[in-house]
Amino acid sequence: MNELLKKYSEQIHSILAKYPPEHKRSAVMPLLFLAQRESGAVSRQAMSDIAEVLEISETEVASIVGFYTLFHEEDRQPPEGGGIRYRIQICTDLPCALRGSEEFADKLCERLGVKIGEPTADGMFVVEKVMCLAACHRAPVIQLQGNGRIDYYEEQTVEKVMELIASLRRSAAEVQR
Amino acid sequence: MSEPIILRHRHIPDLDRLNVYRQQGGMETFEKVVRTMKPGEVIDEVKKSGLRGRGGAGFPTGMKWGFIPNNLWPHYVVANADESEPGTFKDREIMEKNPYQFLEGLMITSYAVQANTAYIYLRGEFWYLAEKLDACIRQLEQDRLLGENLFGSGYALRIHTHLGAGAYICGEETALLESLEGKLGQPRLKPPFPAVEGLYGRPTVINNVETLANVPSILEHGAAWYRSIGTAGSPGVKVFSLSGHVNRPGNYELPLGVPFRELIFGLGGGIPQGRAIKAFMTAGASSSIVPATEEALDTPMDYESCEQKLGAPLGSASIIVLDETVNMAWLAMKTSHFFKHESCGKCTPCREGTYWMMRILDRLVAGKGKMEDITLLESVANQIKLKTLCPLGDFAVPSVLSGIKHFRRDYEMYCRR
Repeated sequence: MNELLKKYSEQIHSILAKYPPEHKRSAVMPLLFLAQRESGAVSRQAMSDIAEVLEISETEVASIVGFYTLFHEEDRQPPEGGGIRYRIQICTDLPCALRGSEEFADKLCERLGVKIGEPTADGMFVVEKVMCLAACHRAPVIQLQGNGRIDYYEEQTVEKVMELIASLRRSAAEVQR
Repeated sequence: MSEPIILRHRHIPDLDRLNVYRQQGGMETFEKVVRTMKPGEVIDEVKKSGLRGRGGAGFPTGMKWGFIPNNLWPHYVVANADESEPGTFKDREIMEKNPYQFLEGLMITSYAVQANTAYIYLRGEFWYLAEKLDACIRQLEQDRLLGENLFGSGYALRIHTHLGAGAYICGEETALLESLEGKLGQPRLKPPFPAVEGLYGRPTVINNVETLANVPSILEHGAAWYRSIGTAGSPGVKVFSLSGHVNRPGNYELPLGVPFRELIFGLGGGIPQGRAIKAFMTAGASSSIVPATEEALDTPMDYESCEQKLGAPLGSASIIVLDETVNMAWLAMKTSHFFKHESCGKCTPCREGTYWMMRILDRLVAGKGKMEDITLLESVANQIKLKTLCPLGDFAVPSVLSGIKHFRRDYEMYCRR
């Protein structure tokens, strides 16, 4: 049984309605976003479900996941005790770098005691450097991914990000309770 | 500066609500066009206005629409909202604050080429804008401005949003179409051009968000009025994205032809901390580095002047200001990382060339380079230039070659003798 179709039947049908029936492959990216909504990553099973709905091969779906940076294959090692892993993505492209985003990234890593790409001790956060986010005038800017959303936080300081991290940890603790 | 044409939301609160937009006369032009004008007349008016593509290429918009053949159907219109050039953040503001003007432009364009379906392709990070536009589209459907048999004319139009997922290359129009078809975002060989074989192999117009946002005012006030703004070769207004070492970064709407000096030192408030300006880039990371001489600063910001006087394109008009502390080898290292990351991998000069430029620049900036590396870098850059399928390869080169040409010392500083 196609789990994804069962779970999101209504959404999937309204996505498919956007494209000509003979070109339903167009729905592959919207369906991947849908599959990624809950855990922030796409499972093998979801890729297979999407392939079935769109009548394309699993390899074709996987190639889309691999090509586009906003799709994430399910982590081999999820955070201890499960839960969400957030990606704190800092734009360090030229215009942001001119406004101090690289120093900002270094300081944030130092505060968290991690290197770029290395999870925090509780496994809940990873700091990454990313390419232009179209927010050059409000650098430093971060993009937060993990809960199926992509949220911008502009004109950031290390303090502001630490507050954001603390609040995400608090809500995660509440969910566990 | 007179009343803005594109960034009207800065003067009119809540312009992102349909009732407010309509109180301001919004959607009347779309209705007038559908009720009283033939599609060909709309295309002619836009041709006469001299509007040029605001996404970067500067191609005449009306001419692009005129290429759509009338013996192949259906036609499609695709709005390019993939805004990803480092230094560019104008379409985001337009869609967020003045979405209905952009949508009205898209609707008029669709009528002009008789497309019954239009797509808006947004970069994945703009999912919140896609949600906003979806809500706007539902409002327009409720007000019977989108749907079947509009104004009893028999013309039907539906608009759908579609999200990309993090790939600069998808701003290139044929890569965008591939992506919209559910494939890897890799450019197609041209010809055939999208006007003949576009989305699903059908005639397709692809226009940038800002280009489309210009269309309603042209049809409302006429081509002659539009031509009265800007310069003869570059009529109208442009939204300039100003970033980098400047006191007041942001978007500024100006008539084309205003000098760089006015943007950087007037509106932008000059360089922070009393530092001197060293150079600027005209079209984001993909443009060459222009040394900030008096003549360069006095150059009018229009398509021809930039090309002829500075050898740099106006492109998307994303001006990145560089103060005296910037080393141009470091800058090229930054841009080379970007283009290496964003190269789609389809053609060899770009895939391999951007990688090797990045390697050489990393080595230089780490202080491990030699003088010969500068020559090697130039040679690699020249082997990419004009040898790639799409402009991405060409975009990776100017920041490198212009930096070496004008600021060779910056490179030599890093070299071991």
